Amino acid sequence: MIAIIDYGAGNLFSVKNALDFLGLENKITNSAADLRSADRLILPGVGAFPDAMRMLGETGLIGVIKEEVQKKPLLGICLGMQMLFEKGYEFGETDGLGLIPGSVKLMHPAGELPVPHIGWNSLEKNVPCRLLDRCADGEYVYFVHSYAAECDRKYIAAWCDYGMKVPALVFSGNVYGAQFHPEKSGETGLNILRCFAEL
Amino acid sequence: MLAKRIIPCLDVRNGKVVKGVNFEGIKDVGDPVELAIEYNRQGADELVFYDITASYEGRGVMLDVVKRTAQQVFVPLCVGGGIGSVQDFRDTLRAGADKVSVNSQAVKNPKLISDAAEIFGSQCVVVGIDAKRNGKGGYNVFINGGRVDMNLDLGDWVKEIEERGAGEICLNSIDTDGVRGGFDLDMLNFVCSRVKIPVIASGGCGSIDHFSEVFEKTASSAALAASLFHFGELTVDEVKEHLRQHKIPVRTSARA
Repeated sequence: MIAIIDYGAGNLFSVKNALDFLGLENKITNSAADLRSADRLILPGVGAFPDAMRMLGETGLIGVIKEEVQKKPLLGICLGMQMLFEKGYEFGETDGLGLIPGSVKLMHPAGELPVPHIGWNSLEKNVPCRLLDRCADGEYVYFVHSYAAECDRKYIAAWCDYGMKVPALVFSGNVYGAQFHPEKSGETGLNILRCFAEL
Repeated sequence: MLAKRIIPCLDVRNGKVVKGVNFEGIKDVGDPVELAIEYNRQGADELVFYDITASYEGRGVMLDVVKRTAQQVFVPLCVGGGIGSVQDFRDTLRAGADKVSVNSQAVKNPKLISDAAEIFGSQCVVVGIDAKRNGKGGYNVFINGGRVDMNLDLGDWVKEIEERGAGEICLNSIDTDGVRGGFDLDMLNFVCSRVKIPVIASGGCGSIDHFSEVFEKTASSAALAASLFHFGELTVDEVKEHLRQHKIPVRTSARA
């Protein structure tokens, strides 16, 4: 079972719709017991970093998540990906989950490109990652975000180019993060979710 | 680099597509969900449902269409038509839409744009505009399906829309809509030069060349078409292949 962690932020149903469509057993939950019995975890997120960390903290699940990622894969999506890092700098400095070394800062793309970065952008593979086993270099995925991760390139499975190099898919051990929305990225996104289910 | 988007628009009345054509493998051409799945298969980058139902009951039927589509189609879905309040935004997003398009009600009550952007985020607020040449070298904004001239300058309106936090503008030219002579390049350039947010070109597309033309001659981020796709004259695949030949970046979609 894949546990979709419910902490009051974000559209969990689009993630659930995609997993249901793929026939992958899943549950939207805020129960520690569910996170422990699940074989994989998904951390979704839409909104602002400080609010999301506060709400996640209020569920009391942060300790459980940190324990469980020693044993099972976790996928953070969009803001959920950003929360995997050590620090976020949206409205001041906020501690993240610290599961991947690095921080999250406001994007400053060249060429007066608008922020937020919204739309279909292509993935440029970097370090080999099993989530991209079914994805060719250059496939497009759907992004909606204003902040971007800054981390060592050894954690970056794929970039995208938006007037700057944006970390699109990151990973470290069992912990994976997609800045884009796999649940809104057509067949490419579904393939990434399939790969996550096969880890 | 961002891909230019091709967006089929489905006009829906009481849960049925208003006009359509037989696609191979689709049983009920009138079913918007079936048609959405077909457009997704063809490589549509986003889908727009435009609700032309007037009744309260019709709205519930529309939300059910959105909900069923969101269970089977995994690209952004935008819903427009009859959106007049923050609650309409909320209901539509809850049903599974990713974006909500507001038109006449935004002109009558511009605060709706800022309220919705603040609560739900700019990325889900699309402002649709119907505009027409005013004979004085500019353009006026119309409402109620292009029937009522608000005597509102298009340049002023698009700046206000952007300042209020809208994520995108969908610009429909009344002058070119239905004429099939191509998108209104002058009007699109007029708007693209005044805002940084993405502009979706709508109205006037009648052939495959009009798609490459709009991306080569304007800074539009996306092109929207309805009848051209409904009547099966073109598929999204064909349009994208054409754009690729013109060196315009488009999304290549993986196949199921």
